[in-house]
Amino acid sequence: MATTFSPISVFAARLMPKEQRFVSGHRACQGCAEALAVRMVHSILGRNTIVASATGCMEIISSSYPDTAWTVPWIHVAFENAAAVASGVEAGLSILMKKGKIPQRKIQVVGMGGDGGTADIGLQSLSGAMERGHDMIYICYDNEAYMNTGIQRSSSTPYGASTTTSPAGSLSIGQHTWKKNIPMIMAGHKIPYVATASPSYPFDLAQKVKKAAKVKGPAYLHIYACCPTGWRMKPDMAVQIGRLAVETGVFPLYEIEQGVLRITHKTPELRPLKEYTKHQGRFRHLDDATLEEIERRVLDEYRKLERREGLAL
Amino acid sequence: MKYQNPKPKWSELETGTAILTPGSARATHTGEWRSSRPVWNDEHCVQCGVCVIFCPEGCIAFQADGYPKADLDYCKGCGICVQECPTTSIAMQDEEE
Repeated sequence: MATTFSPISVFAARLMPKEQRFVSGHRACQGCAEALAVRMVHSILGRNTIVASATGCMEIISSSYPDTAWTVPWIHVAFENAAAVASGVEAGLSILMKKGKIPQRKIQVVGMGGDGGTADIGLQSLSGAMERGHDMIYICYDNEAYMNTGIQRSSSTPYGASTTTSPAGSLSIGQHTWKKNIPMIMAGHKIPYVATASPSYPFDLAQKVKKAAKVKGPAYLHIYACCPTGWRMKPDMAVQIGRLAVETGVFPLYEIEQGVLRITHKTPELRPLKEYTKHQGRFRHLDDATLEEIERRVLDEYRKLERREGLAL
Repeated sequence: MKYQNPKPKWSELETGTAILTPGSARATHTGEWRSSRPVWNDEHCVQCGVCVIFCPEGCIAFQADGYPKADLDYCKGCGICVQECPTTSIAMQDEEE
């Protein structure tokens, strides 16, 4: 667990742990970056982990009865209480260890959910778990809509995206609200560690997961997960789109450690937004004026983030 | 699709319908979904392992000879390995009946 990677290159791939905790045979769609992210996170967290998973894609693909793709203890709970269950597991373990019923050792408790289970339905239990200071990690796999039930909009869907409940048409540009900034809401809870990560940058992700596991107290990870089915794109593009999202500034990678913000992947010259949107069918209807409006907003947010770097939030 | 794990009767269910065999999804061979398969050209392969870490199925592994190959029981044929390979030594080949 203690080895740290220098973020020099992706070619040290042999340093990644080989053992899988989320095994082949799960029913994710072709090219699912969310399954890729789950696989990476849990091969890094290792064996002594207990997972509480909210309803969502990762629940239905990994546990269609009588199969399970998990080799660590895993429990499926409702949309709204993944963080509450994870905090209860953590509290139960700590009291059992205190009473000497089970041996003292570090068992990492992980709560996980999609963006719907985190930003919309599970926000109150997540906020409570973070505020109470349980020693756990909460991971949000953000694929920007309710993909599991058929691509309905969530509060994490970006402006202009066409989904089945915010369809694009002559009177609608698709989603008409901006994406909710969950990592900053979590940073507002003054928890020791908040980070955004992407499976397209595996070493950056590995380092953040290790930091989150090491930290005493709650940690929150927001992982960007491309969804080829819901975003209407080719299944082999998922990793490239994740990279473009970072390079265009749509999803900047940063971490907030003890309240101090640090951008972990610097992009001084952002790429034009069109390179990111042109591969995705959900943005196909947008005209140049709307794209420029989005680009201005993205740039604005990115510059704001740069100004806050190194300052205590 | 073949489901090798038998579905238990209601009277045989564990408490809370818990599943007691970890990783039992391995019995389901999702490779049946595939319409094209990745083929490695070992002459160009530099054994960097980028395909190994970017496979969403986790089905690519280094073989005994040092070169990575996909386990075709599980490979769904998404093609991420082809896009990410820095030496373009992987190509997709259509499956035939």
